[in-house]
Amino acid sequence: MSRLQVRKTYKLYIGGDFPRSESGRTFPALDHKGEVVARMAAGTRKDLRMAVRAARRAQPGWAARTGYNRGQILYRIAEMVEDRAEAFGAAVRLSGAGAARARREVARAVDRLVWYAGWADKFAQVMGNLNPVSGPFFNISVPEPTGVVGIIAAEESPLLGLVSRVAPVIVSGNTTVVLASERWPSPSITLAEAMATADVPDGVVNILTGPKAGMVPFLASHLDVNAVDAFGAEPAMLRDIEQEAAAGVKRVVRPPGGDIDWAEAQSPYAIAAFTEIKTVWHPKGL
Amino acid sequence: MSTPDTTTPDKPATTTPEIVPTGLDYVASIESTDPVNIDPSYDLWIDGAPTEPATNRYFPTINPATEEPLSRVAEAGPKDVDRAVAAARKAYEGAWGRMPANERAKYLYRIARMLQERSREFAVLETLDGGKPIRESRDIDLPLAAAHFFYCAGWADKLDFAFPGLDTSPVGVVGQVIPWNFPMLMIAWKVAPALATGNTVVLKPAETTPLSALAFARLTAEAGLPPGTLNIVTGDGTTGAEVVDHPGVDKVAFTGSTAVGKQIQRNLAGTGKRLTLELGGKAPHIIFDDAPLDQAIEGIINGIFFNQGHVCCAGSRLLVQESVFDNLMDRLRLRLTHLRVGDPLDKNTDVGAINSRAQLDRITDLVDIGVAEGADMYQPPCALPERGFWFAPTLFTGVSQSHRIAQEEIFGPVLSIMTFRTPAEAVEKANNTPYGLSAGVWTSKGSRILWMADRLAAGVVWANTYNKFDPASPFGGFQESGFGREGGRHGLLPYLGGH
Repeated sequence: MSRLQVRKTYKLYIGGDFPRSESGRTFPALDHKGEVVARMAAGTRKDLRMAVRAARRAQPGWAARTGYNRGQILYRIAEMVEDRAEAFGAAVRLSGAGAARARREVARAVDRLVWYAGWADKFAQVMGNLNPVSGPFFNISVPEPTGVVGIIAAEESPLLGLVSRVAPVIVSGNTTVVLASERWPSPSITLAEAMATADVPDGVVNILTGPKAGMVPFLASHLDVNAVDAFGAEPAMLRDIEQEAAAGVKRVVRPPGGDIDWAEAQSPYAIAAFTEIKTVWHPKGL
Repeated sequence: MSTPDTTTPDKPATTTPEIVPTGLDYVASIESTDPVNIDPSYDLWIDGAPTEPATNRYFPTINPATEEPLSRVAEAGPKDVDRAVAAARKAYEGAWGRMPANERAKYLYRIARMLQERSREFAVLETLDGGKPIRESRDIDLPLAAAHFFYCAGWADKLDFAFPGLDTSPVGVVGQVIPWNFPMLMIAWKVAPALATGNTVVLKPAETTPLSALAFARLTAEAGLPPGTLNIVTGDGTTGAEVVDHPGVDKVAFTGSTAVGKQIQRNLAGTGKRLTLELGGKAPHIIFDDAPLDQAIEGIINGIFFNQGHVCCAGSRLLVQESVFDNLMDRLRLRLTHLRVGDPLDKNTDVGAINSRAQLDRITDLVDIGVAEGADMYQPPCALPERGFWFAPTLFTGVSQSHRIAQEEIFGPVLSIMTFRTPAEAVEKANNTPYGLSAGVWTSKGSRILWMADRLAAGVVWANTYNKFDPASPFGGFQESGFGREGGRHGLLPYLGGH
């Protein structure tokens, strides 16, 4: 007699927990052939609010960790993804990628995490500097994390596209609320499960699956969100996102225009986009 | 980010300070206005030449210290903004855009030198049109404006070293709208980095202080700056909106109130235009009990009364450690009696005229609200001139976190004073506004300065000093004080197209 497979229930990732949507709703996640592969939690405005609270609570502690420590945790995420390469490969293949392409995407996601992990204790050296002011003052500019960042993940490239945006946001000490790919949500929750075992403090990364249209406006207008990463967002959404973001003078990172080459999408300027330069003056004297 | 205040208003026991006027008086020492020639009327400055406005309308600009008209200035309408943007586009695609970077640098160096040469003339003009004390326009605004051009000039041909791996090509035509509190210095903060990086500019100076911008336009023509590289359109907020909303503008840089900044951000949504905002503030100025009090008092005075408090980074919320509150307040009240309020052209003047009647009304309203909400007001005995717009230096004690004078930007010589007991409480109160432009900390303990600096939500932290500015030092806010930096290497980034 053949053994019955034990299936995974996909849930949201909020504050280190895996809750169902408060609405009790789910939606069918399809594979590229249109067959239902799982029912995913349909995140709502209220789930979003809980996720922002979790992200806000986690932010000062995460930012206060040393760059060395944050770097090790990002590296640990890479270890966990590599360790579950097969599961990630299967999740990526649901979107229609062949085995080889899926393997490549997973490998790139791991390498991307390692690349950003290395920046944790370096980006401030590259993005900040001492300023030679015309007077007897010590004057230094350093990048600090912007705070809570909402990430609207790309619909395509559901793993590499997601990792390529989450890593530069959190490496500097931001925390994040991610609206995962609506079309191909399963890699995002698999990533959440990897993060939950990678020493990522609760609330640093929160991932919501579900219809984006219901959550994007509230993410963009939420006054406790400091920045919105719309890099992976559909350009058609941008006007609404930017209008809503104006209420709190939110920083919005726009899509680059044209198709994104996720294989190349890594840059220390992606870290800088979610930092604020703080300049400190002090007199020199006896 | 901010937590609601649940504590009771700060009302430590106060002693009645013994006010000891200095008894000293000064003979007026009035700066000559001879070097300044103000035309009876100014047209717009488009494509390197004075240009009559299509609106055919002009508005007066007055001296706020006397309410006397100084000149009348063209009001730019949509057609004028069109022309200015077209001129800027032509220069971007032509002479300025094609110029080698090292040549661009030399124009900016030349402008810096000419500003230095004519510094006094511009300083007097600035004081006449805006009401700020000549001591400040002469010693701060103009030297810093020239220094800013000199600093940015040198970056023009070194951008690839400033931002390795980034495409450092310019954005295009930049629309800039600046406020009335530092007219010439804001021109420098806006125009110098924009031109150094190869952009061309349409600039809208403030309605009440257009004269230095128009004089500066003439200076750039004397410097030989290619026509269209810098265009000046004068007018009120309507003209400003036309500049930022113009489809031919690739990037907008705005300095002004948070309310207008939000409106601009909203209007620009979906247009693809780049935006930087330098908005309001309600800076905490924190005095620990181990601070060098005499120096701290000077820092507090400079923090709130510099430029009549018309400063976005003014230290307008004083947070004093409880154990030194009485001592500090005695000294502060005494120090206020020594401030000289009056003729901005008098070299002895510390506090000049309020920039406009509208601003005076706003200050008066908020001060009335402070009194009505139950805070205790102190103003030193001080005679204000009969004509012009004036407001006496003002202290409020007994202020709670929720008072409007503790939350809203007054933009005048009005200081709201609160107390704290522990460093953690100081941080909590300091960060309890949606703003995040600047902050001040006074303490003798080095480790505490660095601890505080890490925790204050502010783009600029002045430790044991206040209101220091330098072209090499980035300036700009966290949160609702805006985004983007002006000054320093970081100040170039908003004007680069490749990121």
